[in-house]
Amino acid sequence: MRSSRHSVIALSAAAVLIAALLVPCAALAGGRNLAYVSSEKDGIVTFIDLASWKPVFRLAVAKRPRALALSPDRRRLYVACGDGNSIDVIDPDRRTIVARLRGVDDPEMFALTPDGGALWLSNEETATASALDLASGRIIASVAVGDEPEGVLVSPDGATVYVASEVANMVHVIDAKTHVLRRSVLVGNRPRRMALTPDGRELWVTNELGANVSIVDPLRGVVSGELRFAPQGFRVEDVTPVGIVMTPDGRTAYVTLGRANHVAKVDVAARRVLGYALTGSRAWGAALTADGRRLLVANGLSDDVAVVDLQSFRVERAVPAGRTPHSIVVDDR
Amino acid sequence: MTGARRLLALVLLACAYPAQAATLAIDMLEDSGDARYEAHRLDEALRLQPWGRPAAGAEVAVQESRFAAAALGLSLTLDRDSASGAAALEAALRRRYAQGVRFFIVDARAAPLAVLAQRVRDLDLLLFNVSALDDALRGPQCQPNLLHVVPSQAMLDDALGQYLASRKWRRVLVLRGPQAADRAQADSFARSARRYGIETVATRDFVPGRDPRQRERNDVALLTAGPDYDAVYVADSDGEFARDVPGMTQRPRVVVGSAGIVADGWHWAWERHGAPQLNARLRKAAGRRPTQYDWSAWMAVKAVVEAAQRTGGADFAKMRSYLRGESITLDGFKGFRMGFRPWDGQLRQPVLVTGDNAVLAVAPFDGFLDPRNALDTLGIDARESACRRGDGK
Repeated sequence: MRSSRHSVIALSAAAVLIAALLVPCAALAGGRNLAYVSSEKDGIVTFIDLASWKPVFRLAVAKRPRALALSPDRRRLYVACGDGNSIDVIDPDRRTIVARLRGVDDPEMFALTPDGGALWLSNEETATASALDLASGRIIASVAVGDEPEGVLVSPDGATVYVASEVANMVHVIDAKTHVLRRSVLVGNRPRRMALTPDGRELWVTNELGANVSIVDPLRGVVSGELRFAPQGFRVEDVTPVGIVMTPDGRTAYVTLGRANHVAKVDVAARRVLGYALTGSRAWGAALTADGRRLLVANGLSDDVAVVDLQSFRVERAVPAGRTPHSIVVDDR
Repeated sequence: MTGARRLLALVLLACAYPAQAATLAIDMLEDSGDARYEAHRLDEALRLQPWGRPAAGAEVAVQESRFAAAALGLSLTLDRDSASGAAALEAALRRRYAQGVRFFIVDARAAPLAVLAQRVRDLDLLLFNVSALDDALRGPQCQPNLLHVVPSQAMLDDALGQYLASRKWRRVLVLRGPQAADRAQADSFARSARRYGIETVATRDFVPGRDPRQRERNDVALLTAGPDYDAVYVADSDGEFARDVPGMTQRPRVVVGSAGIVADGWHWAWERHGAPQLNARLRKAAGRRPTQYDWSAWMAVKAVVEAAQRTGGADFAKMRSYLRGESITLDGFKGFRMGFRPWDGQLRQPVLVTGDNAVLAVAPFDGFLDPRNALDTLGIDARESACRRGDGK
């Protein structure tokens, strides 16, 4: 409430008028109406305007930025910079780096706690998952997991942290309060990223080398199902699922298929693939717009972001986004 | 004689099963008479040669498997036996076999390995070849219990064949060494050249040395004079002669095969599919840069552990059929799903085309297709195989 009033005051009447003229009514959306895209090779976070679909700003961050997340109050954007050994903290309004949290070794993926107070990250080099307190910039917990931990997910109630280990082929279930490893669940080969259904009863895990998704019952710690992908014209060895997003209602999931250059649309309840859309070379990170009308997919090897219209389930445009785009956050609420 | 020492015994037990922990035992069998490991050879660090014993690779894989072993309630052990020649290796193997070991990683050249595998062919065990490239081991000398983790010479040459064809360097001069293994390598390249439409403009035999009376056969400039070619393929199983060929040819042409641009199962500078992390672990364990032999020993342990994970325990018969079956998915940090070919026990895998300090390209290349699996464009496929195992297991 306070922040919205503040921003209204900050805008001059002329700017409001210009903005109203420039932004087509259909594209009016909340937040900053931007997408942020990390690109590994050039160390950039690209700001894409969701009305014009143009890159409007390029922010240089520490080397090899990968995972991105917006704080719950949407005032900070966090970027894991693997070769910079830092988490860079961006103020999206000022479009500058306001802090650089060092002392994290080669961070790749992370997830914020629901209160925004800490982030859990996977440390590839040391085979640990650790919690970084954002106020102090200190590591407050470290839990040994299987080698090359990758995807991290914190449950919406903040009680549980899930970490996928690429080498152990396991998802580790960690108690966020006690920092105890509760159990490890064997999933498919080279698990990468995860999505949780809104009821918290199914954890979907992409397996890059297994060419499938393992559906884990996180309460019982068992795999309850598996979903395979077979886009036409691609062999199973080209199907390397990595990115996964679920709609807020939990009915539909979108899974990016890496080298198969497609994104799959999945009926979550039926556990059935509904279709595939061709996005670009090495489909990787993905994010939904708040209105649920579009999916953005980072194409790591064609250096762009595909914008998929979800009604037709076709790519409507591609936006250049640095060298080797990795992850996307949409800021339109 | 046989020197046996317990290297590593990781006992990783879930608290729930303290008493009934089964053991999954792997033994590393090394031929101590293998000349490739003589100190002066290791110092040279020649391309495609081992740069040290691959045992450290197996140790890294045991470390990586701690969560898998704990989840299965298994105690995973890795022992190491060193013996000279096939007879001594067999004695060491039988002693371990009597103790219940069923998985053996063998670090030996083709001759002792062929004899060893033949002598223990009726035992319930699996041998993993991690350091002999010879095609004959996968062909006429194949055995039902012998799996090959390290790529075959045919796979390496097919990778080069695809590389040369994709570069349109189609005329090749072959330099061939005096050893039987050099001739086998040249024959292997000739097969790949036919497969990929590469023309061999001439094959010339070289001899190592500086004898001026033999200069037509030991001087690189003289050996590479004459009609034009796009590339020189050196078939030198030792790699010592080949080392000095790049940059010394009569014409300004690339050198491939045993030096220059080399097809290799692994490379310390490989950067994709998580390789930097694996290379860092292998390098730390071995105290040097890793080679395809280190990677192969690592991969062999990973294959055994994968079979235990997916079959839910250490039952040898189940693990064996899983390892040799089509449903196995092995992650070799080379981007493809890998498994063992049913017709000759060879691990199907991508092959790296490498320079001295970089990976230039990865085979299979785009456009080279196989009806079933693009990886089977590399090496001897089912129709060509001379392997008649007739084991039915």
